[in-house]
Amino acid sequence: MSVIVFTLIILVGAYFAGLIGSLTGLGGGFVIIPLLTLLLHVDIHYAIGASLVSVIATSSGSAAAYVKEGITNMRLGMFLEIATTAGAMTGAIIAVYIPTNYIAILLGVILICSAIMSLRKKAEQVLKQQNGWATKLKLNSSYPTANGTVNYSVSMDSIMRIPFKVSTTTSNFMIGVTAAASAVVYLQRGYIDPGISMPVVIGVLVGALSGSKILVHTQSSGWLRWVFAVVVVFLASQLIYNGIIGRI
Amino acid sequence: MAQKISFKDTDMQAVIGWVLRIGVIVSICIVFFGGVIFLYRHGHEIADHKKFKGIPDFISTAGGIINGVFAFRGQAIIQLGIVLLIATPVLRVIFSAIGFVLEKDYLYIGISLLVLLIIFISMISGHAG
Repeated sequence: MSVIVFTLIILVGAYFAGLIGSLTGLGGGFVIIPLLTLLLHVDIHYAIGASLVSVIATSSGSAAAYVKEGITNMRLGMFLEIATTAGAMTGAIIAVYIPTNYIAILLGVILICSAIMSLRKKAEQVLKQQNGWATKLKLNSSYPTANGTVNYSVSMDSIMRIPFKVSTTTSNFMIGVTAAASAVVYLQRGYIDPGISMPVVIGVLVGALSGSKILVHTQSSGWLRWVFAVVVVFLASQLIYNGIIGRI
Repeated sequence: MAQKISFKDTDMQAVIGWVLRIGVIVSICIVFFGGVIFLYRHGHEIADHKKFKGIPDFISTAGGIINGVFAFRGQAIIQLGIVLLIATPVLRVIFSAIGFVLEKDYLYIGISLLVLLIIFISMISGHAG
């Protein structure tokens, strides 16, 4: 496969990952990993590096909008970043010493969990349709969020009694810094290959932007969530299977 | 007192919003520009990423990237854009810290500096390993 074909395939794939990721709130960056490893047989280290960079791009891009609207609690975000950056740094260091097939299995399990969570999130949004469908959508899902968002916002929401809107945007705000902490390590380890991250970053960002445009105009993206959840679960089981038999 | 702080908070939010937006736009433009050069030069080579072998030597150090940018090498320009992209959220923390200094919010000056310290440590430990 020539470099130009390789780049174009990733570009198209990343566009759809960003598009669907932003519609479901799952995050395009995360879906990039199975796409690269299973379809294009890229080494998982490069895939992790590329997806991490695209997570930073989408998180920073959307945080810019949320901060300006004043719905991000910057103090809360900063406080929690102590823990998330420390965790990210530890994870990045550990990742170097873990065999790749374990990483693939772990990722597969997390992907399945987040696919289930994205379907749950949909039910929640349907409930809230009555009180401000448009505002709700715009604030919550117009931009992609990395996988961790779900966990962050759930814990902020139910444990700390922070309003839901604020918890979602604040977690989105934090993801950029969290990803940057581990991206610094990955950059030095050579995980971030320019030939791969270039089409991934551009594709995911453009896809996420058009996803947010579609979301404002569409009435229901419910069926899309289901399609996406099925695809993600399928990819995730492939990852787990390949991880177990040691092909990755 | 409370009003004064909230006024400054909105100023800070506007600045941080711009830092994030400009950071993303500038770095994506650089990545795109580098990508065009990279594809023009290497578009017809065979893509091979099956085995992990790190990245080419000339873009693995800061000096190498800068030299490569001046030599108009596509991969170096892409990597510069990526580095700027990674730096954007870190810059955001620095700007928040400055904002907290202006507000004389000592607790959050400390918290921001701690976050920066953790990122800095991860940078150093990445080198050492």
